[in-house]
Amino acid sequence: MSWTFVLVLAGTAYAFKFLGLVVVGGRTLPAAVDRCLALIPSALIAAITVANTFGNGQALQIDARAAGVAVSVVAAWRRLPLIVVIVLGAAATALVRAVS
Amino acid sequence: MSEVTPATRLRPWHDEQLRQVIAACVTLGFAVGVYGISFGVASIGAGATIAQTCAISLLVFTGASQFSAVGVLANGGSPLAAFGGAAVLAARNGVYGFAMASRLDGSLARRMLAAQLTIDETTAMAAAQDDRRHAQWAFWITGASVYVFWNVGTLVGALIGSAIDPETFGLDAAFPAAFVAMLWPLLAERRHLRAAAVGAVVCLVLTPFTPVGVPILAATAGIAMGLRDGGDE
Repeated sequence: MSWTFVLVLAGTAYAFKFLGLVVVGGRTLPAAVDRCLALIPSALIAAITVANTFGNGQALQIDARAAGVAVSVVAAWRRLPLIVVIVLGAAATALVRAVS
Repeated sequence: MSEVTPATRLRPWHDEQLRQVIAACVTLGFAVGVYGISFGVASIGAGATIAQTCAISLLVFTGASQFSAVGVLANGGSPLAAFGGAAVLAARNGVYGFAMASRLDGSLARRMLAAQLTIDETTAMAAAQDDRRHAQWAFWITGASVYVFWNVGTLVGALIGSAIDPETFGLDAAFPAAFVAMLWPLLAERRHLRAAAVGAVVCLVLTPFTPVGVPILAATAGIAMGLRDGGDE
C-alpha cells in the first residue's frame, strides 16, 4: 500500500465531510429544503440499519443479526436506555450464533 | 426533556439526561473500538504498515470506507478500485454534514474539526436528542469517544493481530441495535417515519444490483417526504 493511496483517500473523505458541513451547510435555505434536510438522519440511518442487519456485500440474508435487531426493536419500544438496547441486541445475536 | 437551568448549564454533570447521553456515547465508542481492532488486523493483512494503518484511522476516520478499501486491496484489487468503493461509502458523510450544519454552533475552526467527526454514529446520536443543547453534547462526546476508541483499537489490532472475533460477542449487531434505539423517538413523527421507510426500502431493493455504498447514498431519496406540506403532528 502506498502513502499516496492513504493520503488521497484521507483527503477525499475529509472533502465530503467539509463540503456538507462547512461549505454548503452554513447557508440559509428555503423552508422546504430545510424540512427535507431535517429528514436526512431518519432516511439514512434507517438504510444503514437494514444494511447492517440483512446485508452481506451485495447479498441479503436473514441470520443471527436479525434476531438481535428484533430484540433491540422491542427494547427501544419499551423505552429502555440506549446502553441496554445495545447490550440486549448484541447478546441476543451472540446467543443465537452460539446455539446455531 | 430535562430542564435547562443556569446551574445545569454550568455544571453539566447535574443534568440526568446528559449523564445518560454520555454513558450511551461512551458505550457506543467502546463497541466501535472493538471493531477498530478488526480494522487494524485487516489493514496489516492488506499490506499496509503499522504507521499507514494508524494514519488511515486517524485521517480517513469513516469505518465503512476503511474496511472497503483494505478489503479490495487484500483481494488483489487495484488501488483505483479500492479508492472508488471507499469514496462512494464516504460520500454519505457529506449528506450528514448538510443535516448537522444547522444544529452545530461555533467558529469556522470548530466546524472544520466537527467535519472530521461527521459520521454515522455522531449524526444519529445528535439527531436522537430532543433539543439543540443535548444534540451538540451528543455530537461532540460521541465524536470524541468514537475517535479515541477507534484509533486505539486500530493500533492494538495492527500490533497484536487477531485476538478477538467481534462477531462471537454479537458486536456486529450492536450498530444496528444502537441505530434502532436512536431512530425510535424520531419515528413518532409521521414525516420521519415516511422518510425512514423510503430510505430502508430503497436501500434493500438496490443492494443486490448496485455496488456497495450506493444503496445507502440512494436512500437519501427518503428526504423528499419533507416536500409534502407541513401537515405533520
